[in-house]
Amino acid sequence: MFDNLTSRLSRVIKTLRGETRLTEINIQETLREVRTALLEADVALPVIKEFMERVKQKAIGQEVIGSLSPGHALVGVVHRELIVIMGGEKSEINLATTPPAVILMAGLQGAGKTTTSAKLAKWLMEQKKKKVLLVSCDIYRPAAIHQLEVLAKQIDTDFFPVQLGQSPQEIAVAALDFARRHHHEVMIVDTAGRLSVDKVMMDEISKLETLLKPIETLFVVDSMQGQDAVNIAKVFAEALPLTGIILTKLDGDARGGSALSVQYMTGKPIKFVGLAEKLTGLEVFYPDRMASRILGMGDVLGLIEESQRNIDRDEAEKLAIKIKSGKNFDLDDFKMQFQQMRNMGGMSALISKLPAQFSQAAQNIKMDDRVIGRTEGIINSMTLQERAKPEVLKASRKRRIAAGSGVTVQEVNRLLVQFEQTQRMMKKMNKGGMAKMMRGLKGMLPGIR
Amino acid sequence: MVAKIMTKNWISEIKLGLSQTRESFGKHLSSLLGGGKIDEVLYEELEAILLTADAGVNATTWLLDALRKKVKSENLTDAAQLRGALQEVLFALLAPLARSFDTDTEKPFVIMLAGVNGAGKTTSIGKLAHYFQSQGKSVLLAAGDTFRAAAREQLIAWGERNNVPVIAQDSSQKNGDPASVIFDAINAAKARNIDIVLADTAGRLATQLHLMEEIKKIKRVIAKAKQGAPHEVLLVLDANIGQNAINQVEAFDNALKITGLVVTKLDGTAKGGIIAAIAKIRQDNTLPLYFIGMGENINDLKPFDARKFVEALFD
Repeated sequence: MFDNLTSRLSRVIKTLRGETRLTEINIQETLREVRTALLEADVALPVIKEFMERVKQKAIGQEVIGSLSPGHALVGVVHRELIVIMGGEKSEINLATTPPAVILMAGLQGAGKTTTSAKLAKWLMEQKKKKVLLVSCDIYRPAAIHQLEVLAKQIDTDFFPVQLGQSPQEIAVAALDFARRHHHEVMIVDTAGRLSVDKVMMDEISKLETLLKPIETLFVVDSMQGQDAVNIAKVFAEALPLTGIILTKLDGDARGGSALSVQYMTGKPIKFVGLAEKLTGLEVFYPDRMASRILGMGDVLGLIEESQRNIDRDEAEKLAIKIKSGKNFDLDDFKMQFQQMRNMGGMSALISKLPAQFSQAAQNIKMDDRVIGRTEGIINSMTLQERAKPEVLKASRKRRIAAGSGVTVQEVNRLLVQFEQTQRMMKKMNKGGMAKMMRGLKGMLPGIR
Repeated sequence: MVAKIMTKNWISEIKLGLSQTRESFGKHLSSLLGGGKIDEVLYEELEAILLTADAGVNATTWLLDALRKKVKSENLTDAAQLRGALQEVLFALLAPLARSFDTDTEKPFVIMLAGVNGAGKTTSIGKLAHYFQSQGKSVLLAAGDTFRAAAREQLIAWGERNNVPVIAQDSSQKNGDPASVIFDAINAAKARNIDIVLADTAGRLATQLHLMEEIKKIKRVIAKAKQGAPHEVLLVLDANIGQNAINQVEAFDNALKITGLVVTKLDGTAKGGIIAAIAKIRQDNTLPLYFIGMGENINDLKPFDARKFVEALFD
């Protein structure tokens, strides 16, 4: 997401480089470009107006003139102001109440409430070690309750069994009682999607809110949402005491300007962002990181955090030792690398976090997630001996492996070549190349200093 | 053929469907173009109206430039005169989108639908089936969305409502192969001498490369069932999304060579400006916008008519 905004802003900044002074005229030009970029990212016009005004005032002031590089100063201003609009510091989810802490989910149809409810439950279980109950008050959409039940089973948490014919209010009351009796610390209530212009439905959720007294009322919004995000958010904020926002489908290529708009309109923090269809695809929202991402610095920090969470420590350490020695790196280790990549949400999720200039390059590699599966398949078709000593692989063995994994012999060969390259690279890295590589990276990534 | 079913009713129906759109777009315009001087302030407000309607920067710039030229060449001086002028430039932009949808060239005529999650593909198929039936065509539906829970049931319900056969996978099979379902459906259509096959597919984001590969495969397999098929590949777009619609058009076109568009949910709070943004993508050689959806009703999918659309917007 934000890719195009990122690349556009990088271009703007490039044109600013090489100028010794920031004149009023080239500020205007640049700000015009920033405005266009924000519009193309679906940031709502009133929000843009305020934003541009702020940036202009700061940029023409002392800060820019006193700075060494005018280009950097302007980026700094844009960056800082983006963070201000997107909520300053990151905002943690609030669970400080007598249990159960109720979390109410609200939003338009198709925003992703049900999936996000399950993702949030999983996140709270894993990151906060909470006992979570999932409740669905969506009696309208066919199979919505069933959908949440299936998801609850997938993440292995409790689901409140709804009786046929119960109204949303009745479900809420019964679920609250159920949660108290079963000592659930958190209760997440999924609701039906509703149009902001639908008075009856807006009344219904407002009643639910009164009944449940949730500590968090989260507004779920699609990152693809257009200019109207601002109006929808306004109506929801008027009907409900919102405490936060969850931005969904950020793994798509929508530039997600609605993040800015919604936050501006409601004044509430974005607490989480939804990525990937997998139930692990929920992340805490960091305004500073998002601002960096908008400015072409990429979400490198998020990438590091994610790799820490999803990579098995022991396995990684084993691998690290092998990398050091450079000798024993075999096909099993090679496979493990792919598996860990998949645990991190696959290539597409990784690429989306890179700064614009890298993510474009990475897309050219055309490494799609299916290739990872196929690679695993090929290695799985090998015997243990073959995996440990790939040099024994001759034509007949390769034919057997190809048949076993449903690929051609050429593909097996390609994999072996890839493996050898990796092995060689690891040896090189071992010979002190790593430090050099990192130093090189520092120069390339604006985020690292 | 499209012209035949355009009755007087059409324009009032489109008005009703677009009521949300007109509320914001039309109301703003009326108050702005009531009268007075034509100056920079006016242009700026016009720009704001177009931008907040999701028309996007390119289309807005183009429309305003065209409007300025017109004002100059026709010596317009009063804001009230701008109304007609704006209608004309809007029409000039949107007219290339409107093209008639001809299904007589092949039998069965195979139409494949694609789009992101929640765009309204399955619902559009139900409505299209009704539309073609009302033209005296026989229709068969292929439940190619084997991924989303209950998508198959949803399509079967549409089939029952329209009394149209639906080819779907056995419900016992989970996450089945969409390509083979559609392949079977086309063969069934041949055997039953059916005019039109409508093939549903699961929603996917353009960044999900493996799913984009899957849909390419579906298209290849369709060509194996009948040479030259699919005869139309339609991309379904939700009018509520913003400028990402453009990315969606580009990405799906790259993968599938789409032949036309369907824009849904114009009855929501969306302002429909996204149609202008789409028209601007390849202005000289734009993809046709065949149908627009404006409501929950089965009759609410209409062929797109640029003249009437623009009139309804301003009325």
